[in-house]
Parts: sequence; C-alpha cells; structure tokens
Amino acid sequence: MKELLELLEKDHTQTHEQLASILNRAPADVAAQIKELEDAKIIVKYHTIINWEKVGLDSVTAIIDVKVTPQREVGFDSIAERIYRFPEVRNLYLMSGAYDLMVMVEGDTLKDVSHFVATKLSTIEGVISTTTHFMLKKYKEDGVIIEDQEEDRRLVVTP
Amino acid sequence: MNWADRISPVVNSIPPSGIRRFFDVVAEMKDVISLGVGEPDFVTPWHIRESCVYGLQKGYTAYTSNYGLLELREEIVKRIKHLYDVTYNPRCEALVTVGVSEALDLAMRAIITPGDEVLVPEPSYVSYKACVTLAGGVPIPVTTTQENDFRVTVDQLEKLVTPKTKALLIGYPNNPTGAIMPRDALLKVAEFASRHDLIVISDEIYSDLTYEGTHTCFSSLPDMRDRTILLNGFSKAYAMTGWRIGYALSNPAFIGAMTKIHQYTMLCAPITAQVAAIEALKHGEEPMRKMHAEYNQRRRLMIEGMRKIGLSCFEPKGAFYIFPSIKETGMTSLQFAEQLLKTEKVALVPGDAFGESGEGFVRCSYAASLSNLSEALKRIERFIKSRS
Repeated sequence: MKELLELLEKDHTQTHEQLASILNRAPADVAAQIKELEDAKIIVKYHTIINWEKVGLDSVTAIIDVKVTPQREVGFDSIAERIYRFPEVRNLYLMSGAYDLMVMVEGDTLKDVSHFVATKLSTIEGVISTTTHFMLKKYKEDGVIIEDQEEDRRLVVTP
Repeated sequence: MNWADRISPVVNSIPPSGIRRFFDVVAEMKDVISLGVGEPDFVTPWHIRESCVYGLQKGYTAYTSNYGLLELREEIVKRIKHLYDVTYNPRCEALVTVGVSEALDLAMRAIITPGDEVLVPEPSYVSYKACVTLAGGVPIPVTTTQENDFRVTVDQLEKLVTPKTKALLIGYPNNPTGAIMPRDALLKVAEFASRHDLIVISDEIYSDLTYEGTHTCFSSLPDMRDRTILLNGFSKAYAMTGWRIGYALSNPAFIGAMTKIHQYTMLCAPITAQVAAIEALKHGEEPMRKMHAEYNQRRRLMIEGMRKIGLSCFEPKGAFYIFPSIKETGMTSLQFAEQLLKTEKVALVPGDAFGESGEGFVRCSYAASLSNLSEALKRIERFIKSRS
C-alpha cells in the first residue's frame, strides 16, 4: 500500500494499468485499492502545484502566528475550526513554541490579506495576538523546487 | 605521410566501441527518447554535491596520497566489511581510482604478461576485452545465453581454460543484460578459479542495484579474498558517474602493483570527488535506497511492457537494463536499433556492441522517467506491429 501511495503522491495521473505494471499487480486490484483509499480519506485529494506567477496572476501569501486561549474540553480544535473554515486560509497548523496556530492566508492583494487579518482573524474570540509575515518568494513547495534549473545533461547513448 | 600507419598495432587491433558508432547517429536527431544511457537519470544527491562545495571552500584542492585519502579508504573497507564480511587493510589493500574503468585497466596491466589469456564472459561491458588487449593479453570470450539467464557456467569455462589462462573477468550484476549471479552459482566459479589457480577480477559496480535476493561479493567466497581484485565505485548506486571515482580492493601485492602504475599515470583520483565519496559512504544509504526503489518500479514496468509487446526477455534482477531478444523480427540488432530510431525516435543500444553473443538483443536502459519509459514502450510496440 505504501508504495502505491508514494507513486500516486508523486504523480496521480498515471493510469491504473501503468501502476499495476510497476507494482506487478492486476490493474483491477490496483483500481479497487485506490477506490478504498479514497473512500477511507487516506487519499484526501489529488493536488496540482501551479506557478501562478508565471501565469501572470500574482497573489499575496502571509504566514500569521496566532496566539489563542484554548477552550475547555475542545482545546484548540474549536478555535482552529473557526479559522480554517475561511476560504482565505490555505493551511493551518497547531504549533509548539512561542505561538499556537500557524495560519497561511492567500489573497489577491496585500490589502485583502491585511483586511482579513484585521477584521476576521484577530476579532475571533479567544485570539490573543497575531503576527503577520508576508511571503516574498517561493523557492520550494510540497517538495517541489519551483524553478528547477537542473536538467538531464547526459549524453543520449553511453556504455 | 600516412600518420595512421604510425599508430601502435595493438591500438589498431581494437575495434572502436560499437556504442560510439551508434551515438554519432543518435546525436544528430532531435526529440529522441533515449533508453541508451548507461548511467543514472538522477543527479548526485544534494548532500554529496554540497559536501564537495564545502570541501572546495575549505581548500581541498591538492594531490592526495596515491592510494587516495585514508579516510575514504577506511570508509570503503568499513562498508565492504559491513555488507559482505570481508576484511581489507585500508592502508595497503585499497586503492582509490578514477572510476572502475581506471581500476580495470590497472588490474589488467598489473597482472598480464603478454600472451596471457583472460576469460571474459559475454555479453559484457565494452571495456573488458579492450583493456585485456591493451595490456597485452588475449581476451577469450565466454558466451552466456538467455537460456542460462546470462550466467557464466563452469562447463563453458572448463572448455576454454588453457595453461595460458591467467585470469577471469566477471561483472555481475551485468551490463548489458541485467543478469545477476546467485551465491551457489558463484561458488562453482570460485572452485573453478581455485582449481586452475586463476586471478579473478570482479567488477561489482552495480552491486547495490540488486532487486531480488542479495548481492554476493566474490571476495567473500572461500579462498577468494586474495585471489580476487574487487572493483567497485560510486557511479551507479550514488548517481556519481561524472565524478569519476571508484576503487580496487585486493591483496597488498596486487594493490601495490596497481598503485605503482596509478602513481605514474594518474597520480591520484581528483580530491574533489574523493571528498564527495566520503560523504556518500557516510550518509548516502537513504538516498540510495530511494533510487533503488524507483529503479525497481521501472524494472517491473519494463518487464511487463516487453511481455505485452511480445518480445522474449529474461527477467533482469540487477543493474538498470533490460535485454530483450529481437531475433523474431528478423532484423539484426543494429538494423532494429537504427530502424526504431528512424521511425519512432527511440534510442537503445544494439546488443552486439557488448560482444558477438549480444547479437539478436538490444539493451534498454530504464534509467529514465516513468513517463518516458511508458512512451518508449508504446513506440516500440507500434514499431514491431508495423513490421509484422
């Protein structure tokens, strides 16, 4: 199962037939297992990484350190939910250390993001403070180097 | 003045590499999917490259000992001991060379007296026979066949051994066939070597790319440590081909003799590559394991692909090659390779480049991305269907 998941994580566009060949299994068997993994939400979503900058559609990303007061019985979960339900929030993690939640927010402009932080995020009950860092450049995302300069430099035929 | 007449007859007697000839044809073409490359498609893992950069910053730019950096030799013998339980003294039984290619040349020159015969199983790496000839020896090809899983058998060796036979040169996992030799088969070869008092040169550059069973190091077999010149390196498993770094391990007399030639002709392997090789040995297992897993996935894709196309092919268990037979197409290896290149733009290497017994086969390297391999398989299938 791990090998199949790794292959899908790397490239989910591969056909079931190809995956079956690679794994030395029957295509129907692979298809069935993928379905099971999807149903069990082990495969959560198939994701595409796009370099939007190249398309000419720039956006602004901010990473916001948020300190909150955890609530009785639900801890951080309830406040986290109130935050991650906002579509502007791309990623949300509970952290150890100087602050509690790391929120990644994306907006079209700096103003959009600032507006979101000022009016939505910091006003949520239980949020004690926010520190906003704007992202200047993306070098690597989800294990992929955005503008990789490495290419195949091998000769076409070698012994 | 015909300068060609002035060239040494020994050099003239060696045919140019069959691969080279084919390369000239391929190099002219565009948008070719190449399965003709005998090296990893991975670049060297970053931690290894980074260590070389750091080494340069710290001023590692000088000659090293002829034998190579002691730290590197220590790491090499440590790994061999760990993997195969064979012990070498890093001070006098290990030599760092400019790739296995140099080590092979040194080994031949160190042991061959003109006229000595060397048994060379075929199909095999293009340099084997040439290195024997250049050292003044006579290469005696030992044909291996698909029926025997391209393994060398003692029956064949016994037929070809003569009083002039000095050595046996083997390379498993094998380039171009992907064949491996399991321990029991190697044991018989070892007994043969003992019986005829032969030196064995064992090129194990693909040892870490073994996909079924575990690799048996020839030196680990009974009575073989001192009789064997073990050659290995970093090119394949660590994806370090261009660094040109390898090594030889053997008894002090052989290593001493090889070092003598090395010191007068090469002096030492590049220090930059030696520094990187230390890092590879110290921290390179995990990236190697990942590359190994990917090669294995591609290997299965290719085996299944060839089976679907209907090309007869034995299952390669090592290196990163698959060696299907194209005899049923009625074409020679070269015709097949040339026609495939021309009509479908897929480059692979005609089997006869690896010795006469490679005729009727083609070498496909699966050191290429899964998408390229799938596309190449489609094209090969279309090519074969269009001719039947």
